[in-house]
Amino acid sequence: MSVLAPERTLTPVVRYPEALAPTPTHYCPGCTHGIAHRLVAEVIDELGLREDTIGVASVGCSVFAYNYFSVDFAQAPHGRAPALATGIKRTSPDKVVFTYQGDGDLASIGAAEILHAAARGENITVIFINNAIYGMTGGQMAPTTLAGQRTTSSPLGRDVKLQGHPLKMSEILAQVDGAAYVARRSLHDVVNIRRAKKAIRKAFEVQQQGLGFALVELLSSCPTNWGMEAQESLDFIRDAMVPFYPLGEFKVPGNGAPAAARGEGGRTKGSR
Amino acid sequence: MARQLLKGNVAFAEAAIRAGCEAYFGYPITPQTEALEHMAKRMPELGRTFVQAESEVAAINMVYGAATAGVRVMTSSSSPGVSLMMEGLSYIAGSRVPMVIVDIMRGGPGLGNIAPAQSDYNQMVKGGPHGDARMIVLAPATVQELIDLTVEAFDLAERYRCIAVVLADGSLGQMMEPAELPPMTEPRRAEDRPAWALTGARGRDAHAITSIYLDPEEEEAYNRELQATYREIERREVRFEEVHLRGSRIAVVAFGTAGRLSLTAIEAARTEGIDVGLLRPVTLFPFPEERLRRLAEEVDAILVVEMNAGQMLGDVRRTTRERVPIHFFGRTGGVVPMPEEVLDAIRDVHAELIREEAVA
Repeated sequence: MSVLAPERTLTPVVRYPEALAPTPTHYCPGCTHGIAHRLVAEVIDELGLREDTIGVASVGCSVFAYNYFSVDFAQAPHGRAPALATGIKRTSPDKVVFTYQGDGDLASIGAAEILHAAARGENITVIFINNAIYGMTGGQMAPTTLAGQRTTSSPLGRDVKLQGHPLKMSEILAQVDGAAYVARRSLHDVVNIRRAKKAIRKAFEVQQQGLGFALVELLSSCPTNWGMEAQESLDFIRDAMVPFYPLGEFKVPGNGAPAAARGEGGRTKGSR
Repeated sequence: MARQLLKGNVAFAEAAIRAGCEAYFGYPITPQTEALEHMAKRMPELGRTFVQAESEVAAINMVYGAATAGVRVMTSSSSPGVSLMMEGLSYIAGSRVPMVIVDIMRGGPGLGNIAPAQSDYNQMVKGGPHGDARMIVLAPATVQELIDLTVEAFDLAERYRCIAVVLADGSLGQMMEPAELPPMTEPRRAEDRPAWALTGARGRDAHAITSIYLDPEEEEAYNRELQATYREIERREVRFEEVHLRGSRIAVVAFGTAGRLSLTAIEAARTEGIDVGLLRPVTLFPFPEERLRRLAEEVDAILVVEMNAGQMLGDVRRTTRERVPIHFFGRTGGVVPMPEEVLDAIRDVHAELIREEAVA
């Protein structure tokens, strides 16, 4: 038999993460939740943790996170994910436990739970999606909504004198002695997405090493409720959110005092 | 185990430990704090989990988390603290994970006070958690019964995958009585956790424990399952105590401490020649409906005694369909009725029976 062409095998360079369920999500087009999910799933795969991981979903757009990861999941009442995670981790210390929470969930109704989970140094990993708005309920003001930002419940733009100032949760939590790792990253371009993945990986490794509370805040887009096109919303993260919410590692294991954000900025070469 | 002098709050905490409770999460509140303090000392000694939470809201959600992991878990609190836990209790009921809560009730509403009351009957028995959730509610009248029902609460919660409540008042939490503790049971081994628990998706599909069913039809189907479980509980788990009811013309119906002090009044009334007995519901959900229906045919009058404004009274009226005259005596706000007051109430009911007979 004559061989007309050499036999070739295609080697996939990118695989669908095993920890990500092969399910379409309900997220809006242009939303960065999908990227955040994928990064978390890739990290779980890379660390070989899928069969030992228990996730805790929160209330908000990520309420159905348990459908999108192929790991065990509990679904917490609004804001209470860190309390559930505490109950799970304390009784299953050999498992890896993470929460996935939005800004309304973590910084408003769940402010006490996240602060005290950090204070106790709970050995859990928190993925904190900050898109400066309540997405699930249709675009109301969040504790992280920027000054002047219009939402359905701050229709004239957030007036900090009447509606308060946005909370910088990473900076707040980095002050807490029980927090071992606190970083803020952004999902607005490829370079920042890759940095975000490194931070997520570190936040899981910190838990594996038993070092205490680890949190990664991810600046995220909400084109639907911001009333923007997808690309416009990514530009909004870069141009409006990053200047107010500086990116960086605010606390890393071993440095007791929170360091100032390292000024890595959100701008990457040629991104403007 | 020998009988020893035990304070109610310490007794139920130790009873839970001996029932194999592996984790306790709580927040200080009078008059149940000694339970939390006992757990703070004992649980770490035994290598088990104790966390003082930042609030009752957090405590119940820590319980929720540990329950999803499939361990025996409990919390305890008192009326206003339990109000704060209602959100978590509803999620737990909606997720069908078992847990135990002891409510050492105090005077209310609002901050109220720290004196004994039966102010949470409606809160715990009539749903409490939003949605059509029910909880098994056990009402002890002595420290010994508080111990026994706490142990049983874990078994019931696990048998039906529901919440089991031990509902006692502040006097039971604070009083010391001779009682016997059960022998020690070790917590279940990690490999013996229930099949539904979150233990990591090793060699199986991932589990999700949630109370969300976005499709109303699906939610309704789930509610039907829950209701079927509640009906089974009603069929199988009714418990009550009756004293001197045979041949009595008057029945006092009272639970917990109100039942206990009513018995003192009943014994005194009987020495005066009044035929009176006691029906003390031990399970408030399930309520001893069948027994009450029969009781309405056996006696000429019912006197309901409570340490509230008449919260169980409605259930007595409903189940007996008021086939006999129903009277009520209650003290509220943390005032514990004296047996003499209950005796007077019994005398009044008796006098009315005599008057009616004279008229007839």
